Amino acid sequence: MDFNLFWSSLGPLLLGAIQGTIPLALASFALGLLLALVVAIMRISSNKLVSGLGRVYVSVIRGTPLLVQLFVIFYGLPAVGVKIDPWPSAIIAFSLNVGGYAAEVIRAAILSVPRGQWEAGHMIGMSRNQALLRIILPQAARVSVPPLSNTFISLVKDTSLASLILVTEMFRVAQQVAAFSQEFMLLYLEAAAIYWVICLVLSTAQTRVEKRLDRYVAH
Amino acid sequence: MLPTDKLPVEPVLQVRGLSKSFGSNQVLRGIDLEVPRGKVVALIGPSGSGKTTILRSLNGLETPDAGAVTMGARDAAPSGRKGAEKPLTVDFGAASPSKKERARQLAALRDRSAMVFQHYNLFPHKTVLENVIEGPVYVQKRPRAEAVAEAEALLARVGLLEKKDAHPFELSGGQQQRVGIVRALALKPQLLLFDEPTSALDPELVDDVLAVIKELAEEGWTMVIVTHELAFARQTADEVVFMDDGVVVERGPASQVLRNPKEERTQAFVRRLLHEI
Ligand SMILES: Nc1ncnc2c1ncn2[C@@H]1O[C@H](COP(=O)(O)OP(=O)(O)OP(=O)(O)O)[C@@H](O)[C@H]1O
Ligand SMILES: [Mg+2]
Repeated sequence: MDFNLFWSSLGPLLLGAIQGTIPLALASFALGLLLALVVAIMRISSNKLVSGLGRVYVSVIRGTPLLVQLFVIFYGLPAVGVKIDPWPSAIIAFSLNVGGYAAEVIRAAILSVPRGQWEAGHMIGMSRNQALLRIILPQAARVSVPPLSNTFISLVKDTSLASLILVTEMFRVAQQVAAFSQEFMLLYLEAAAIYWVICLVLSTAQTRVEKRLDRYVAH
Repeated sequence: MLPTDKLPVEPVLQVRGLSKSFGSNQVLRGIDLEVPRGKVVALIGPSGSGKTTILRSLNGLETPDAGAVTMGARDAAPSGRKGAEKPLTVDFGAASPSKKERARQLAALRDRSAMVFQHYNLFPHKTVLENVIEGPVYVQKRPRAEAVAEAEALLARVGLLEKKDAHPFELSGGQQQRVGIVRALALKPQLLLFDEPTSALDPELVDDVLAVIKELAEEGWTMVIVTHELAFARQTADEVVFMDDGVVVERGPASQVLRNPKEERTQAFVRRLLHEI
């Protein structure tokens, strides 16, 4: 192992993580969650058309590879006159993807809140929407934290796919250094280690938060 | 917080021919019920006889198939909603209204009644105080300071003022149920509905909750209480209604129905409950 190369490439890789991987994951996750919330609420609507639309969206997103979604947006859309830069393309693709998966998580969380909570909301005079907003969603949010952190951890790793549409995130930096130095094993293991550390930190935080939130949810 | 006595003694609640089926299971078969202002009716009967379904129908949580519910006039609704000074009748047998109209009817029923649930159903993500003021402030749009002051006074009455910033998981079952009662009172309903308020509690916690309800009865609140606590029913209720299999089998003054029931089914039920204790 070439330790000099290890240390000298660590800086650029971390910079790639800080300037690429992490902001890409955070932005996509935030937008994806918003989208997921909307889709989850569509999915529990009593209006068949609305819930059907939500279901089709989730089905398409979960039934197609993320890489294909990414390529359709970046390489496919220009064919119909829509040309989007690498970064926005990546954020759009990842948000849409998170939107599909997280929608199912949020929907399940909403359904997991006992019926008695809806009824207590109605009892004090709330409409369905008021009860959803004030009583159900705050509890569903707490229930969603563990599965959504899993979604986020997957997303952090999946951002490496953005290297294939020319986004300079950590993995693309690793590829560039590897191509230049021909030290493929070293660079890819180094990138793997950084992903691993990030995910370890995230899952430790997840465990801590989970324990505290559970008490604020009806069982 | 005393219900006003200015109005003549008229029924706060009148139920006519209430019927409800779940699929092929007919749970209520034409229930009639009348509760005069300031009176307490205890609803007793075996498991599955339809007691909870009646209360849920009165609170607009269930939509009966037929029958009518009338709730009497009152001075003013706490929310200032219009129409409180007129009696409210919801006729479930009438040609089914639009979804929106039905929702409005159920909301109107809830505007006048408040329910205490068997399993408390407090909001676990809110503090005790937040649980109590959620309805008054967020739904009824009353001034927050006023709602907080009222909530604190009510909590003090049930001995829980020092728990106002606690969350439900930090309270015992008996304390949670007392918060459930305060949450209902804070809505200023004209009718209080209790669904087996003590049956989920450990035996040593039951008395505190019953004592609170008894006090409310003495204060003149109009209440319908589903309960298996016969001694409590005898002391507190003006009338006892025994139902079985979706019909009212017997009704009358508490002492009569519980001590000298006329109907065989009532006798058997009362005897069985007394033996269990
Ligand atoms: N949402 C529902 N769907 C289907 N059946 C229901 C529903 N709610 C109640 N039932 C049925 O209606 C019948 C009456 O139920 P209800 O809860 O009113 O009885 P209850 O007198 O309150 O009994 P308990 O003393 O056990 O609480 C039961 O057979 C029950 O299974
Ligand atoms: Mg019941």
